[in-house]
Amino acid sequence: MSDPTKTLRKERLEKFLERLLDERQVFAPVKRGEVILIRKIDAPSQVILDYRNAKESPKSVVFPQRETLFGYRTEKGKAELDVPSDTGKGRVLFGIRPCDARGLLLLDKVFGGGCSDPYYMEKRKDTVVVSLGCVDTNQSCFCLSMGGGPFSSEGSDVLLVDLGDRYAAKALTGKGADLLEDEAFEESDEQALRRAEKARERAEASMKPVALRKDLKEHLDRIFDDPRWKDMAETCLGCGICTYLCPACHCFDICDEGAGLTGERIRVWDSCQFPLFTQQASGFNPRPTFKERFRQRIMHKFSYLPKTQGMPGCVGCGRCVTECPVNLDIREVIASFSEGNDR
Amino acid sequence: MIENPYLPFPMRIEEIVVETEDENIKTFELSFVSKEDEERFAYTPGQFAEVSVFGKGEAPFGMASSPILPGRLAFSVSRIGVVTGGLHQMEKGEVVGVRGPLGNGYPLETFKGGNLVLIGGGFGFSTLRSLTNSILHESNRGTYGNLTVIYGARKPGQLLYKRDLEAWQKRGDVDLHLTVDKGENGWEGHVGFVPEITRSVAPSPENANAVVCGPPAMINFTLPALKELGFKDEQIFLSLEMRMKCGIGKCGRCNVGRKYICSDGPVFSQAELLRLKAECHL
Repeated sequence: MSDPTKTLRKERLEKFLERLLDERQVFAPVKRGEVILIRKIDAPSQVILDYRNAKESPKSVVFPQRETLFGYRTEKGKAELDVPSDTGKGRVLFGIRPCDARGLLLLDKVFGGGCSDPYYMEKRKDTVVVSLGCVDTNQSCFCLSMGGGPFSSEGSDVLLVDLGDRYAAKALTGKGADLLEDEAFEESDEQALRRAEKARERAEASMKPVALRKDLKEHLDRIFDDPRWKDMAETCLGCGICTYLCPACHCFDICDEGAGLTGERIRVWDSCQFPLFTQQASGFNPRPTFKERFRQRIMHKFSYLPKTQGMPGCVGCGRCVTECPVNLDIREVIASFSEGNDR
Repeated sequence: MIENPYLPFPMRIEEIVVETEDENIKTFELSFVSKEDEERFAYTPGQFAEVSVFGKGEAPFGMASSPILPGRLAFSVSRIGVVTGGLHQMEKGEVVGVRGPLGNGYPLETFKGGNLVLIGGGFGFSTLRSLTNSILHESNRGTYGNLTVIYGARKPGQLLYKRDLEAWQKRGDVDLHLTVDKGENGWEGHVGFVPEITRSVAPSPENANAVVCGPPAMINFTLPALKELGFKDEQIFLSLEMRMKCGIGKCGRCNVGRKYICSDGPVFSQAELLRLKAECHL
C-alpha cells in the first residue's frame, strides 16, 4: 500500500471547509473573547488553526454537557416517552489536538463497551476526527508520558501537520481516507514527509517527561491508605474544574426537568469531586471528605481505567494543571508516588 | 438503532402495602403494562431496577418480589429522598417507569446443593425476602439444603413482610429467627442485635454459604461472628449499596476499585471485596 499521506496547500483550505460544511456539521477551534473553544462553525473564516490548545476539550460534541434522553408526558395510568433523534448530518471535528482525539478513544471504550450507550454511539459513528499535530507544545503538556504524543494518531481519522505553506494530511482510517478524496488534496512528496517527521521529533524533544514508575497502576493499589492523600487534597476546593475540562472524564448524572405532567429526562456532566456525587439519600457518604474524592480521581485515572480499559483516564492535555485555581498539579501527584520509597 | 438502556418501561401500581408502623416503608406491587416487557424481564433475586417517578427522577431498588411469581414486581421503598418521597405519594392505578433487571443477583448456582444462612437487618431484608421465597417454592426447595433465616429490626413494628414471616414460621423447612433491638409486650422472638443472635443460632459452615444484607454497622459486626463460626470469606456474600444512576457501568458514581457496583455487583463475596480493598467500609 502506498503512503496514505497527502498534502493540502493552505490557500485551498477554505474551499475544502466550504465543501465539508455543505454536507456536515463542522466543529473547529474558534476565538471567543480571549479564548479558543471548539465550536460548530458556519464559515471557514471562523477557524483558528494557529493555537496551542482549546480551553475546553471537544468531548461535548459527542457527549454534550446537557443532553435530553427522552421527553415524558404522564397522565393518570399512562406515561408516554419520546426519544429525540439525531439531526442526521455527520460531524467533523476539525483541527483538534491529538491529545483530545485520544480522549475520545477512552470515551469510545467506556460508552461502547458492555451495554452500549446509544446516545453517544449514534453521534460518534458519524464523526470524523481530523486532528492537528502540535508543532509547539505547552509547558503543561505531558501527552508523551501518558502513552500519546504531540503527533499521536490514536483516536484520529486524519492527522494534519503544519509544514508552513501547506499541511501534510495522513489518513489513519477508512473514514479519513474518504475525506482526503476531496480535490483540495494533492499527492505527497518526499520533502513533505521528511519535514513532518522532523516537526514530530522537534516537538517530542521539547517536552519534559514526567518520571513515572512502570507499575504505577499496581502501586496505587498498595498505597490506597497512604497518609499523603490527605496532604495532597488539603488545598483542593472541590470545584470540579479538572473533571469538566478533562477530555477523558465522563461521569454523569441523570435527572428530570419538568413541571406537572410533562418534562424531560436529561443527563448532565457530573464530577467525582462533588460530595453529592456519592452521598446517599440517608446522608451516608462513602467518599465523605476531599481526601477520598481526590484519591478517587487519581485512582480511577491511573489505576482502575488502565486495568479495565487498557489506557489511563488521562491523555496529558494539561488543562487541569493550568486551570486549577489552587495549582494542584496532577503530574506532581503521580510523580511523587514514583519517587523515593515508592520507587 | 441499538437498544436504549435508558428508556424505562411503564408499570402500574396494583397494590401498596404499608410495611412499618411509622409508615415510612411501603411495598409497591407493580404489574407490567406491556406483555413484551414482562417477557423480557427475567431476573434473579438480588438484582435491582431503576424505578422512575416522572418529574422526580429515578432511584435503584432491589426486587423484593420473587421470580417464581411472574407478572408482578415488588419494591420496598423507604421514604427518604426526592424519588422515594414522590413514590410514597402515589396511589393505586398510577404508572411508574422501570428499567432493569440490573446487576448480577445472588449466585444461585453456587448456592445450589448446599445449606444457606440468610442474615438481614432492617430495610436490607428486601432482596433476602425475594431469595427466601424463591428457595421455598416447591419447584426449587429440593435444590437447596437447610435454610436458616436471621432477620432483625429495631422493634417489632419495623419488621417488613409480616405475612411472609408468618407463612415461613408455619413451615418446617426454614429455620427462622426474628430479633428486635428492643422488645415489646407480646413479642415472642429474640431480643438482641443480629450479630449476637447469629452467634447463638450458630449455623454450621459445613457445606454452607451465608448472605448478609443490612446497614453497615450490622454488617461490620456480623462478619466477625460468621468468621468465628468458621465461615470463610468465599462463603460469605454481601449486597452492596452505592448511589447508582445509569445502572450499566457508565456514569461512574458507584465505582469501587476496578468494579462498578451496579454492573459487576451489587452482590460480591467477602473474598472479592477484600481483594478490592477500596471504599467498601467493611
